[in-house]
Amino acid sequence: MAELTYRLAIARGIAQEMERDPSVVFIGEDVGAEGGVFKTTVGLQARFGKDRVRDTPISEQAIIGAIMGAAMTGLRPIGELMFSDFLAVCWDGVANQIAKTRYMTGGQVSLPLVIRTANGGGTHFGGQHSQSLESWAMAVPGLKVVAPSTPRDVVGLMAAAVRDPDPVVYFDHKKLYNLKEDVPDGEIVDTLGTAVVRIPGSDVTIVALAAMVHVALEAAARLASSGISAEVIDVRSLVPLDTRTILESVVRTGHLFTVEENPRLCGWGAEIASIAAEECIWDLDGPIVRVTTPHIPLPSAPGLEDLAIPSAERVVEAVLASS
Amino acid sequence: MTAEAAAIEISDATRLELYRGMVRARYLEKRAYDLFMEGLVQGTTHLGLGQEAVAAGFAAAMRDGDMILATYRGHNHTLLRGASMASLLGECAQRSIGCCKGKGGSMHLTDVSKGAMGSYAIVGAHLPVALGTAWSSAMRGTGEVTACFFGDGTTNIGAFHESLNLAAVWKLPVVFVCENNLYMEYTPISAVIPVEHPAADRASAYGLESIVVDGNDADAVYQVAVQAIDRARRGEGPSLVEAMTYRHKGHSRADPGKYRPDEEVAAWMARDPLDIYRARLESLGFPKEIIEEIERLALAEVDDATAQVRAAPPPDPDTLLTDLWANGGAEWRN
Repeated sequence: MAELTYRLAIARGIAQEMERDPSVVFIGEDVGAEGGVFKTTVGLQARFGKDRVRDTPISEQAIIGAIMGAAMTGLRPIGELMFSDFLAVCWDGVANQIAKTRYMTGGQVSLPLVIRTANGGGTHFGGQHSQSLESWAMAVPGLKVVAPSTPRDVVGLMAAAVRDPDPVVYFDHKKLYNLKEDVPDGEIVDTLGTAVVRIPGSDVTIVALAAMVHVALEAAARLASSGISAEVIDVRSLVPLDTRTILESVVRTGHLFTVEENPRLCGWGAEIASIAAEECIWDLDGPIVRVTTPHIPLPSAPGLEDLAIPSAERVVEAVLASS
Repeated sequence: MTAEAAAIEISDATRLELYRGMVRARYLEKRAYDLFMEGLVQGTTHLGLGQEAVAAGFAAAMRDGDMILATYRGHNHTLLRGASMASLLGECAQRSIGCCKGKGGSMHLTDVSKGAMGSYAIVGAHLPVALGTAWSSAMRGTGEVTACFFGDGTTNIGAFHESLNLAAVWKLPVVFVCENNLYMEYTPISAVIPVEHPAADRASAYGLESIVVDGNDADAVYQVAVQAIDRARRGEGPSLVEAMTYRHKGHSRADPGKYRPDEEVAAWMARDPLDIYRARLESLGFPKEIIEEIERLALAEVDDATAQVRAAPPPDPDTLLTDLWANGGAEWRN
């Protein structure tokens, strides 16, 4: 057991899989010699060589296509998009090609690949380097989607993503890179499609993802001092979605809140809210409430960005107003 | 075409293979057209009638393990890489016996078992994918080569540039083949590019040789293909080939192709690649019976495939929710 940052956990997770399986390769912009613009992949090229850890030009369509073709033919590639916002410049490859090919070919093509990308705001980069885009990926049939909130999950979900036979979009969160925790030594392998109860509670269920898990945990601590016992569920995997863990909690508490960094419309929480409304509305004792970023691009000014992204205060207010 | 390519010898067996390939592709696509008019094929089709020499020339130059990626105008390429006529015609007709079980349709013909790694319906989408199949071949040391076919219109999309650049920088074993049929959908390609040759005139930007070949001459295509594929297989990197050709029909089923001048159409119809090659075989002394036997067998093959398609049921409704994931299903929650 040793303390590990979320940032270093990314390299550890990739290294664990490259060490295990020689068919795992990793490409992206500045990922090799420089170890990534966020220093999340330091040391990988020195350890695994320039063939397996390869720098690319600024060509996101080429990166996405290359990992698709490689995955079709026996490799298990990881492709990095430096910022998740850049998904927009290669969305054809992600949404039209990678996501649909197995289905459209009647199951002929397997695509065991991972698209790893730095997601999320809180770093004052402005509207084109700060978005939380997991709901884009979730909306496309054929993509699995994960977003870890802790260093341990960074490693375990990377292993699960690399070993999965289907394409996985892996969103790590820029705001969490300096987060530390003790992580066990040795191999860590997690399971896609499993949510985790971060703290148990009996009065309300708060469902969150990635950086918002920590916002929800802070809100839960404050609610505890007001005598409200909040259960915080870390969704971790949007596709497959562990509705069982979420609905079991909601049925018990009678209250569901989602905390989402994405802009309001069609965020992942809307899907969970709709599932809860369809399947356990008679167990609810109050409205389902979504705490999200407003439906705006993220502003750069710290004061404005902080207002936009859900805070513990906003979560506490929402819970107090509706439970 | 280079002098080196022109010097590549063509055996009698290869000549017959080239003709057989073109005839089979021609008969398959004419039948797809007929079945569309009959209502058996629904949706759309993008026929490569008139462009068979490009497909046949490259197919004859490839060996087992080599891979192709094609566009929606990919019936001919997929057939000549080895997919069965029944599986292709069956897919065009969205039947259960189709190569994609009826889920892909005419624009997505694929037979991975033969190295036909897909037909792609978004212009330019497959050039980056060809990088990946070629990179994988190089990484795994298989000696396989990827050939990626696309139209002239593709040369104006960003993925073309990204792919040519990365293929050249990584020296990937891939041959990019531009089938220049003079029209990007309904618009003359000459109206939307500042150079004469949409692919070849841009090759120098990637450090590649400028190669233009008569795409209606199967021998010439074959020679260029052998040279480019051998170069890729030797690890000397990619090539970009521009084959000048012409489609006999419109862009797709919805297009009668009226925007093309009558004299232009007539001139190209007079240069039908099958007519050119049949005359060449005869002038080279191939017996008429052998030529007619190729045509007879191809007709029998397409008739047999048609009978299989007519007899095949549409996809079982139970397959709607299959094959999204590797586990065979489409579940997204527990």
